[in-house]
Formats: sequence, structure tokens, C-alpha cells
Amino acid sequence: MIKTDICIIGAGPVGLFAVFEAGLLKMRCHLIDVLPQVGGQLSEIYPHKPIYDIPGYPTIKAQELIDRQMEQIAPFKPTFTLGERVEELTKQEDGSYHVVGSDGTVIHCQVVVIAGGLGCFEPRKPELFNLEKYEGKNVHYMVKDPEHFRDKKIVIAGGGDSALDWTVFLADVAKEVTLVHRSESFRGAPDSAEKVYQMAQQGKINLLLSHNLVALQGNGNLEGIQLTNKQKQEMVLPAEHFIPLYGLSPKLGPIADWGLNIDKNAIEVNTLDYSTNVERIYAIGDINTYPGKLKLILCGYHEAALMCQGAFKYVYPDQKLSFKYTTVNGVNAF
Amino acid sequence: MEDIITISVEDRDGNIREVEVPTDINLSLMEILKASEHEILATCGGMALCATCHVQIKSGMEGLLAPEDQELDMLDTLPDAEDDSRLACQIHLGNHNDGLAVKIKGALQ
Repeated sequence: MIKTDICIIGAGPVGLFAVFEAGLLKMRCHLIDVLPQVGGQLSEIYPHKPIYDIPGYPTIKAQELIDRQMEQIAPFKPTFTLGERVEELTKQEDGSYHVVGSDGTVIHCQVVVIAGGLGCFEPRKPELFNLEKYEGKNVHYMVKDPEHFRDKKIVIAGGGDSALDWTVFLADVAKEVTLVHRSESFRGAPDSAEKVYQMAQQGKINLLLSHNLVALQGNGNLEGIQLTNKQKQEMVLPAEHFIPLYGLSPKLGPIADWGLNIDKNAIEVNTLDYSTNVERIYAIGDINTYPGKLKLILCGYHEAALMCQGAFKYVYPDQKLSFKYTTVNGVNAF
Repeated sequence: MEDIITISVEDRDGNIREVEVPTDINLSLMEILKASEHEILATCGGMALCATCHVQIKSGMEGLLAPEDQELDMLDTLPDAEDDSRLACQIHLGNHNDGLAVKIKGALQ
């Protein structure tokens, strides 16, 4: 088991800066993030984009900001668990917490700080009649094991890279593959799209463009998918498995189940110290909400500083917090 | 006044409300919808990443700048997008957009 003072969920810019502010108050931090590297969406989604509203930097690239923050917090020796999603928080008898990861990592801490940004990216679901009824059985939001579809009639929906790639791949595995896309063309990689057009011409797959999904039909097991074409005419496509691949959208994930007050996918906090409704659990950065909330990195930094002032009493219950400027006191490494 | 336009916003239940929009402070349509207390998530804060600010342009499409690749890619992943779909976070309004009519379609979870 990993032991630390503060466990920070999310290693984006705000989570990283919380390490610095905590370090000034002699509190140690461990960070856990579902992504395989630190930096959150800055490193994962737009590492080369310039950011213009970081004080002191007229412009700085997203990845460079993360690199510099890592340098800034190095004296405080933060530890990391990367590539693992937090599934559960369990409260201990003395009030402290165990943070439990999806691969079984357990982190014992006095305070939990949720700096989860947009949350976890999960598959986007289409609004289809009867969809939930067949989830986990005949409806699959990702392809984990292609063999599962061997000699089956499958329908794939979507127009992005993963829909195109799986259509090509599963054509050789499944008995019958139909790709349904609502528009007339694909925006996915041109090579993959070309391949799909060719396979459709050769009769290796069925391609239905400009078709919309309406409902799933079946009796216990999926039997068919109801569609409409551009002229709004209905048809039913026989199918044993349905694989909707509509990309990913950010969701709170397991965080929604921790008893925290949630408003529109964000965690409600008290702006005094960014505490949630649950003692010892704080939320900072894009994942929280309060009147006037702005989703800015800058605001997240401010929230991290105030959070540490509040968290101190749980880490050092017998000590009085005295506020010191780094200009006076310097940065005292661990 | 010169720098205020009026747009009409239809919610998910079909109720239509007119909203006055100042055009001199460069707000996105997503920010305008949030400020006028329309129910949208806008989880990603305007990065064209979550598509929860998905709107249908009912009239006035010709006055909008064409979507960029990132917006088109995101729209393309939406099961319920149509040719008149846009992401409100990528739309910035000017005086020539007076009378724009939109319907909110973005997911609420």
C-alpha cells in the first residue's frame, strides 16, 4: 500500500500545482491518473497548442507548461500511479481514506483531492429504443475480442476511424458486416474510407450511407436493427451483434458514485477551501462547480492554493497553520 | 443599440425564447446559452471535445463562419447530428447574425 498525506486524483496542470502548494505546507502528495503520462488534456489532446493566459508567459505551449510544472514540483518529490483509473474511495475508522485503483493499487491518505478535469472519456451512446436492453450482451461500445464476432451477423455504426477500421478488420471474421453511417461520406482517414468503399463494391461488406438508426428489435436476443433511409423509409437489418462506435465523450465515471453533490457533471464545492460536501474530499480545477466558476487553468491554481489551507488541519491536526511567502521562506525541499 | 442582436433559442421541449446578445465582448454561442440559463453541459469548456453544446441551426446558417476540421470531426461522431448541426462553443456571433435561430440538442449526461 502507498502511504501519503494527500492523494490527488488527476495529474493535469491543476493537480500538479496542488503538489507545490501542499509542499510549501510540508504535505506530501501522490497522484493517480487514468492516462499513461502526466499533464491531463494538455499532454494528451493539445500538447502543441499555445496557451496565452498563464501569468508571466505571454505564450507557452501546453506540453512546455506541464514540463515546467514538473520541474517546479520536483523538490517536493511527488509520487505517481499512471494508467490507472480510481474506482473507489473507502473511509477508514480514523477518518483517513483508501483510494482504490482499477488495477488494485491502494493509496492511504488523510485527504483526497479530485482534480479530474473533464473526468474519464467513455464511449458515446446513441439514443436508440431498446439499446440498454441488449447492452453487455449484443451491444458493444468497443471491440475487446474480435473472435467474439466470428461467424456472426454484425452491424457497426459510426463514421470515424474506429468504425472504419473495425469494419475492415471484422469483415474477415464475422459472417456478415454492415456499416451504417448517417452522412454521405466519411471524415475518417481517407485510406480506411477508400478500403471500405472497395470492400462494399466487392460485396465483402454492406455499406449503408445516409441511414439513421431507430431501434433495436429482438426477443431476449438481438435479432434486427430498425433503420430509416434519407427518404425516411423504414427497414429492418438482421443483426446478432451491434457495435456503435461514436467516439468518446467525457464523463464523471466512478466519481459520480462517491456521495458527492453533483451539478451538471461537475462537483459542487465551497469556495472557502474548495471542499466538497464530504469531509476530507476536495475538488479543484475543471471538475468542480460554484457560482461564477470559470474553467481556466489559472483559476484551478488559485483553488489548489486555498484547498491546501483547508486540508492542512487533517494532515497536521495538532499544528497551527502559519502562512509564509516563498520570497521570504524560499522553497524547502523534502 | 448597435452592438446588441437578438437570437431565438428553442429548448429540448420546443419552447422558444428570444435572447439579446452583446456582440462586442466576443462570447461564444455556448457561453451565451449558459449565461441565459439554458440547460447545456458544455463539459469541456469550449474545446470542441465533448459535443454537449450541439445545436441545430434553424435559420441564419449563411451568416456563420464555416466549421473547422476539429468541429466537423466531433460532429461526425454524434449519432444525432444532421447537416444543420453545429457546436455552439465554436460559433462566435457578430452584428450580421441578428435573427439567428437555434435549437438545443446537446446531451445532458
